[in-house]
Amino acid sequence: MSVPRAQDLQGLFLSVGGIRVSVKRAGDGPPLLYFHNAWGFQWDPFLQGLAQRYTLWAPELPGTGDSDPHDIFQVDSLWDLVVLLGDVVDALGVKGAALVGHSFGGMLAAEVAAHWPDRFRRLVLLAPLGLWRADLPITNWMALPPHQLPHPPFLVHDPSAPAVQAHLAALQEGDTSLARARRIWALGCSAKFWWPIPDRGLRKRLHRVRLPTLVIWGREDKVIPVGYAQEFVQALPQARALIVEGAGHLPHLERLDTVLPAVVDFLGGGDGGP
Amino acid sequence: MFHLMPYRDLPEDFEKRYHSVWVDPPWGELADPERVGQYYNWTLDELLYAARAGLDGVCTNEHHQNAYGFMPSPNIMGAYLAKATNGLPVAVIQMGSTPPTTNPPIRVAEEYAMLDCISGGRLIAGLPLGTAMDVNFCYGVPPIEQRERYREAHALILKAWTSREIFPWNGKYWKLPMVNLWPRPIQQPHPPVWLPGSASPTTWDMAIDNDHCYCYLSYYGWKWAQGMVDGYWERVEAKGKDRNPYRLGFLQLVAVSESDAKAEEEYSRHIEYFFHKCLHIFGGYVYPPGYHDWETLVHMLRRDAMDRRRVFQLGDKRYPDFVREGNVVAGSPATVRDHLKEAIRRLRVGNLMVLLHIGSMPHGLTLKNIDLFAREVLPALRPIWDDEGWENRWWPQRLLERRAAPAGAQAGRGG
Repeated sequence: MSVPRAQDLQGLFLSVGGIRVSVKRAGDGPPLLYFHNAWGFQWDPFLQGLAQRYTLWAPELPGTGDSDPHDIFQVDSLWDLVVLLGDVVDALGVKGAALVGHSFGGMLAAEVAAHWPDRFRRLVLLAPLGLWRADLPITNWMALPPHQLPHPPFLVHDPSAPAVQAHLAALQEGDTSLARARRIWALGCSAKFWWPIPDRGLRKRLHRVRLPTLVIWGREDKVIPVGYAQEFVQALPQARALIVEGAGHLPHLERLDTVLPAVVDFLGGGDGGP
Repeated sequence: MFHLMPYRDLPEDFEKRYHSVWVDPPWGELADPERVGQYYNWTLDELLYAARAGLDGVCTNEHHQNAYGFMPSPNIMGAYLAKATNGLPVAVIQMGSTPPTTNPPIRVAEEYAMLDCISGGRLIAGLPLGTAMDVNFCYGVPPIEQRERYREAHALILKAWTSREIFPWNGKYWKLPMVNLWPRPIQQPHPPVWLPGSASPTTWDMAIDNDHCYCYLSYYGWKWAQGMVDGYWERVEAKGKDRNPYRLGFLQLVAVSESDAKAEEEYSRHIEYFFHKCLHIFGGYVYPPGYHDWETLVHMLRRDAMDRRRVFQLGDKRYPDFVREGNVVAGSPATVRDHLKEAIRRLRVGNLMVLLHIGSMPHGLTLKNIDLFAREVLPALRPIWDDEGWENRWWPQRLLERRAAPAGAQAGRGG
């Protein structure tokens, strides 16, 4: 089958509760919902790999990406946001989708799955935010000197690794001041739902996620320490962890060769899967 | 006179050993509460001395977890100053209680009303947006909510002062069933409002649209501020408002001695202490994503202004640089007079705030600075705008009347 490229991404807008929500779509196959991280939606080789097997739907957090930057002020709380994402799933008409989220998007995926476990088939959490242990400090990626905005070096384990270099080059390709503003603004928008401590009570809700769940973490994650993998696995009813050696906070990009097959194997159902 | 109340005894190698003067300076290693008690008392004495020496106002401000300014509650300082300056023609300028982090914000309206009552109607009500360090990093407000909270709190405070009826407030951030302020301010409809800011066009608009005085609180001095201030005046004109210089307040570091050479001898290390240690702020705390609204962010990135702090390398500069670049106006009374006159005219500033205690400056030297400024400099600055005939509509009315009565033509000014 053909490999989906960035230019094959489709953009659509849904009117949900008076907000014009931007959704990206790519690929073909069983439905897969992807929630982006705090930096906003970004096409990458991991999503490209998923889109070869699934129909990828990626809603953008209001305020970020192609949405109106001011729409963030229409989403007042995490509760608003979770309900909005539920409405998006309804509006897309996808049922029994796989749900995948990275970092901040992992926290949202866990919240949405906890609210509506019956709407989804399987859940993949890539280094999710959302739990807090005082002895496992999470690095605040909002406290960056200007020259490190928006992408700080501590996101990855080895900044010189070819996969990381390629990802950074792809990010810089469209790096106009407007694109940079978009990424910085996305950090500000997403922080509305976790600042100043990324604990909005998710632990109390994780028991509701009655879904087979794969929790993936980079062993060398300098943003959200790998110790949180066990926290999630213990709190989730049907979860197991995959710890990825030699990877930081972007395990799916730093070790695409490990993570993509593991995710496809876990989710199944796609052309390339079991 | 403006006072930050810095820690005056930070170690010599502070900026090399420590990450930031703000948010995370370790109290246990750096500070001594007995000494801090002394600072508070000196600070109050210095402000009171300025009031008695003839300056027009005394000014305190709110910061948190900050070794260069630790008046977490400016109104505690203001309460003393309001009482102690009764009978003097001096404004109590609170620059001030930070509405987005005061819960609920009618607390600001209440405390300011108390100060206005205690002082007999001499309060100037500063309503700051607050810095990212204070509001986001120390007090935990998500950066992207800060301006929205600020606008709501501002509207609530003004309504609480002016509404004759008891009203419910159903806001996004605050919900209050029966707002009925006790006490209310003496000044009607409310005390003059000053909005301190650091040159964000959004705050300019809020000041202009609400007919408040906008105060540019830069530590970098008048030459550095010119571009920003020009932008403000362009905005004022674009909105069809008059060019009344009292629409603008500006903070300037000032150090006066008998001669330029003596000023350097006396003040240079304290001024270097201020710029090297007090402004040693970790860059990642200044503008977290969401702190600027979208339009300002796009504007700044286009001009690359977010990197301006990197361009302005404080650590490499010494006293002569700070003087030459106008970061501090320092020297003999004649030098300071000339420079401040030029600064006032160029910026078109009516309410000049002077920082007369700077960095590690000891108490005695601070009093000398205040004394020389009041006697040798201030009289030459007072009449600058008289020929244009503007009224300072952002000053307590009773003070204007009082000044006008015995002294003839003198109008009130910040100082």
